[in-house]
Amino acid sequence: MDILLPIKIAARALRVNLMRSFLTMLGIMIGIGAVIIMVAVGTGATKQISDQIATMGSNLIIILPGSTTSSGAHSGMGSAPTLTFDDVKAIRSECPAVLRVAPEQRGTAQMVAANMNWSTGIIGTTPDFLLIRDWKIASGREMTENDVDMAQKVCILGATVAENLFGDEDPVGKQVRIKGVPFQVIGLLEAKGRSAQGTDQDDTAFLPVTTAQRKIIGNAFPGTVGPTLVQAVSEAKLTQAQEEILALLDQRHHVGANKERDYTVRNLSEILAVAQQSAKTMSMLLGAVASISLIVGGIGIMNIMLVSVTERTREIGIRMAIGAKERDILLQFLAEAVLLTMLGGFIGIVLGVAGAYTISGIFGWPTLISSQAIGLAVAFSSAIGIFFGFYPARKAAGLNPIDALRYE
Amino acid sequence: MNAIVRIEGITKVYQMGEETVHALRGVSLTVSQGEFVAIMGSSGSGKSTCMHILGCLDRPTSGQYVLDGVAVENMGKNELAEIRNKKLGFVFQGFNLLSRTSALDNVELPLVYGGMPPNKRRQCAMEALDMVGLGERAGHLSNQLSGGQQQRVAIARALAGNPALILADEPTGNLDSHMSEEIMDIFKNLNSKGKTIIMVTHEPDIAAHASRRITFKDGLIIDDTGPAVIPFPGAEA
Ligand SMILES: Nc1ncnc2c1ncn2[C@@H]1O[C@H](COP(=O)(O)OP(=O)(O)OP(=O)(O)O)[C@@H](O)[C@H]1O
Ligand SMILES: [Mg+2]
Repeated sequence: MDILLPIKIAARALRVNLMRSFLTMLGIMIGIGAVIIMVAVGTGATKQISDQIATMGSNLIIILPGSTTSSGAHSGMGSAPTLTFDDVKAIRSECPAVLRVAPEQRGTAQMVAANMNWSTGIIGTTPDFLLIRDWKIASGREMTENDVDMAQKVCILGATVAENLFGDEDPVGKQVRIKGVPFQVIGLLEAKGRSAQGTDQDDTAFLPVTTAQRKIIGNAFPGTVGPTLVQAVSEAKLTQAQEEILALLDQRHHVGANKERDYTVRNLSEILAVAQQSAKTMSMLLGAVASISLIVGGIGIMNIMLVSVTERTREIGIRMAIGAKERDILLQFLAEAVLLTMLGGFIGIVLGVAGAYTISGIFGWPTLISSQAIGLAVAFSSAIGIFFGFYPARKAAGLNPIDALRYE
Repeated sequence: MNAIVRIEGITKVYQMGEETVHALRGVSLTVSQGEFVAIMGSSGSGKSTCMHILGCLDRPTSGQYVLDGVAVENMGKNELAEIRNKKLGFVFQGFNLLSRTSALDNVELPLVYGGMPPNKRRQCAMEALDMVGLGERAGHLSNQLSGGQQQRVAIARALAGNPALILADEPTGNLDSHMSEEIMDIFKNLNSKGKTIIMVTHEPDIAAHASRRITFKDGLIIDDTGPAVIPFPGAEA
């Protein structure tokens, strides 16, 4: 007999029952698609954090104003204005294991140059910041200590900002207005491209932290700074640097028996390791949710395959009455189930991959397609589809034709 | 005249829990080539049960059955499927067409399972549809046809494989008298061309079209008009 015949018969039977075929496929599609998307989001988040660790370097320490203690309701890390610019300067000059210190004051502002304008992220910081980030000046000069001390109205532009304000022209020496305040552009940064998170790193302007606080971002507590990045002289000196900072700040803040620490010092790689751990937990959670949708999809397939058995049993009876052998019936239903799951699986993969990319695009979340997840999802739903498509048919094909015909 | 059907002492017992139903209690019958037999009898007398056994859709509890010279009672499932496909055409009271499937596809189906190549298949199916006067409805879906038309498609399907025997269990049971007459015309026409037909009916005027009438009662044949001397002039032996 023609080998393709069962496939042709199956394809015809699927076409005749379009709605049922579609519903069955829908279960498979949703199950597989959901698994792919969720696992992609989960692994993407984990990978993003690994990438961050790789690019940030390991000998970094971060000082956060405010504290976390076990004693209860304190203002959270990074929120209370307890760290001053003087603290920053003291750390830089008095801690031998510390190489660089860069406080950070972030905000957004509208920048205007001639008749162009551009809204961008502003970072108020010190000259050390670009050195820690290993970010080179493409033209013009770097920020100096003097710029910071005198709160000069100067700025360094990222490539995207420069391009949007000045086009191909060299912006160095030109004037820009930030929130109406005139600034001189002293430098243009090398293009860095997109970060691991997919944000454009070049869409930023850097100002002296003092200027940013006074003129642009505003600060209810003059002289205080936000989170501060510290670079130790070497990885080996990291712990020493941390201890030196603690000792110095404790002394400066009079931390003692009746005053708790009002700042937090963290080794950045520790923070990232914790973040990575929680991202892993999240991706496991997402995976669990995805497995549930896979199981629900599987139940859907099961349901529709079993429910259609009444109608199909009569159909099997008719086919047997006019001469179909048991094997013809089995091959037809096997082919139907395989076709359905293959088609549903394929569409599910396409939907899942497209969905993952869409999520990346819309929410800016990193996603990473996992071939293992695809394989597992496809194997699981195919197994269910084939088993529940085939097993009832096998039972029906074992009946006397007249019993199959009489089946209600 | 060679015998198409020869059954000997056929019984069929249904076990329904405690109760045993003797649907057939020893039926013997010989039908020759070219006969047109009508089976009558009250409801529950075992007519359908007998037809299903004749049509190899069910197995007797005991007894012998020789169909077209071949003993079938000990055949395996696959051999029986082969017999149903090649030697038998069954017409049901409820039509039993594949739903949402075109008339032509329905008629082709036995030929598909018979392994006929597609071109020849199509041709045979069209011929069968023409024979029941539905050639121009070939593309219609089975559920778009009237009851009478559906039954004609079912007859075409039974005919398509050129079987030795056509079995029809109350083929006009779901049809009005006008439709019934049309169906009977088709059967008579087929019979005049030499087809052997066994048909169950409740209506005496439908049975009157047949050349031989058999009556069932309580799982036994109680009356048989016997084979006509010459069933129809011109029937080929
Ligand atoms: N699958 C079955 N299980 C149990 N009993 C059955 C089954 N099929 C038929 N019977 C019984 O066998 C007997 C004969 O039934 P059958 O269908 O052959 O009658 P019939 O002559 O065709 O009747 P009708 O004219 O109403 O169609 C009945 O008593 C019926 O109840
Ligand atoms: Mg009956």
